[in-house]
Amino acid sequence: MTTPRTDRSPWNWLLLLPIAIPLIPALFNAVEPRLFGIPLFYWLQLAFVLVSVAVTLIVYNMTRRAR
Amino acid sequence: MTTEIVIFAVLFLIVSAMGFVASRWRRPDDIASLHEWGLGGRNFGSWITWFLVGGDLYTAYTFVAVPALLFGAGATGFFAVPYTVIVYPLVMIVLIRLWSVSHVHGLVTPADFVRARFGSPTLALLVAITGIVATMPYIALQLVGIEAVLKTMGVTGDLPLIIAFAILAAYTYQSGLRAPALIAFVKDTLIYIVILVAVIYIPTQLGGWASIFDAAQAKFDATPAATDGVLLNANNQLQYVTLALGSALALFLYPHSVTGVLASKNRDVIKRNMSALPAYSVLLGLIALLGYMAIAAGVKPIGTDVNTVVPQLFDRMFPDWFAGVAFAAVGIGALVPAAIMSIAAANLFTRNIYREYIKRDATDAQEAAASKIASLVVKVGAVLFILLIDPQFSIDLQLIGGVIILQTLPSVALGLFTRWFHRAGLIAGWIAGMGAGMLMLYNIANPATDHAHFGGSAFALSKLGLDTKMTIYAGFLALAVNLIVALLGTLIARSAKLTDGPDATRTDDYTADQGDPRVHDLEVTSST
Repeated sequence: MTTPRTDRSPWNWLLLLPIAIPLIPALFNAVEPRLFGIPLFYWLQLAFVLVSVAVTLIVYNMTRRAR
Repeated sequence: MTTEIVIFAVLFLIVSAMGFVASRWRRPDDIASLHEWGLGGRNFGSWITWFLVGGDLYTAYTFVAVPALLFGAGATGFFAVPYTVIVYPLVMIVLIRLWSVSHVHGLVTPADFVRARFGSPTLALLVAITGIVATMPYIALQLVGIEAVLKTMGVTGDLPLIIAFAILAAYTYQSGLRAPALIAFVKDTLIYIVILVAVIYIPTQLGGWASIFDAAQAKFDATPAATDGVLLNANNQLQYVTLALGSALALFLYPHSVTGVLASKNRDVIKRNMSALPAYSVLLGLIALLGYMAIAAGVKPIGTDVNTVVPQLFDRMFPDWFAGVAFAAVGIGALVPAAIMSIAAANLFTRNIYREYIKRDATDAQEAAASKIASLVVKVGAVLFILLIDPQFSIDLQLIGGVIILQTLPSVALGLFTRWFHRAGLIAGWIAGMGAGMLMLYNIANPATDHAHFGGSAFALSKLGLDTKMTIYAGFLALAVNLIVALLGTLIARSAKLTDGPDATRTDDYTADQGDPRVHDLEVTSST
């Protein structure tokens, strides 16, 4: 029979990172340093996508059910 | 110009043919039931879900309107990127619980959930109506995307637009959710190709990224407006952040995103997708920068319709045949989400209005029939929006849509975590939030388009008597009003000993997964 399931996992706290970081303009509201001529404002916010991917992948792997 | 139209038309027709064939794809035994027609049998795996959810979140509107925002106002338009970064972790925390509880109780819409959780048909009706009303202008906006492309190709008049939507209506009627799921493959492939070519090729023609941003800077420096620029200023940072967060919260309250998530096979499919979907966010960021490329290329919008800047840019930079492919990508990109949205709105109507108030003992076949007709009505409504209302105004309607759908957050999203709220408090909160939201939107003017009211979503805090030039996203403030009233209303209802509705769900319903005996495999065979 099934044991009581829960979706509480300490790993879920990690998900707060990609939610909070993009909401702090002080981190990215600047032109320098540029990357390939693209101001910081634009390339860093695109880089946050990678943070989101990394964190969701980690949480997915740590909380997935055993098959 | 003729080459463009021929390629556009051919690709469009191929895709339409696929839409009609889709009803045979993955062989349903019987498409005449709502689960089958409206949720594709609820057993889409990772890949299909990825295309389906991506297909309805990134629309023709994003393709033309987000770059148009950057073209016009600069950095504030880039909010679309943080917005789509934070939405996936949020979904992973919130919507995954909706998947579980829906599969235990056979729920199809957010309003179904509210009905089961709070035992209040009134609250469910409010949630259903909010969803339908908020979706219609969203569908209408997809048409704005097609219209911008047609205009650039020199095709004017309403007839082509009506034909495009008639085709869409016919194959959604025929194939349900299978049609957009199948077409999404083609649409996304086309969009990826076009965008990759655009962001690699166009900058080389314009002297590199640095000169593109310099051109944008020069344009914004030359305007008298203080709100534009390639960076945010002290007054619009709060707006930027609250708009990104508010849009992310609103996105997964829309019935069509819920439909996409519910159609997946199990919880792991959703989680895996939340790490794969951000690939679209990178794409969106690159699409947004097309707005600056248009500035650098010296593109001027057709008339006052800034939505034409991206099609115009393609027309100018690409050879004719590839511009045709790009236009087809935008056009097809409009059809997929429009189909998913109209199906979701139709599901809401059938489940929460038709079956609840019109015909309580409807059979599965009657439900599916009602839903198909409702989806037609919703699409006709959307076409009317475009034909009768100035396109600029339809974008303002979309803004209103975002603000009103947010008002279902306390009952739907918070309801997934806590049963603390009283149904009377939630209803009061909905009314207060909706009223506050409308009042704020009414008081936002847009001098650029000469609208005294409903001119945007940036509400000046000075209107509340605060001594500041800062602006905030109106939906966010309205949601705060909603939450406060819901909270106070609940406390009052409790102390007045008002009867609360029964809760049909149990704590462990929210974590159930595929393989659990309580999780119904909602393939149609079990329900006919």
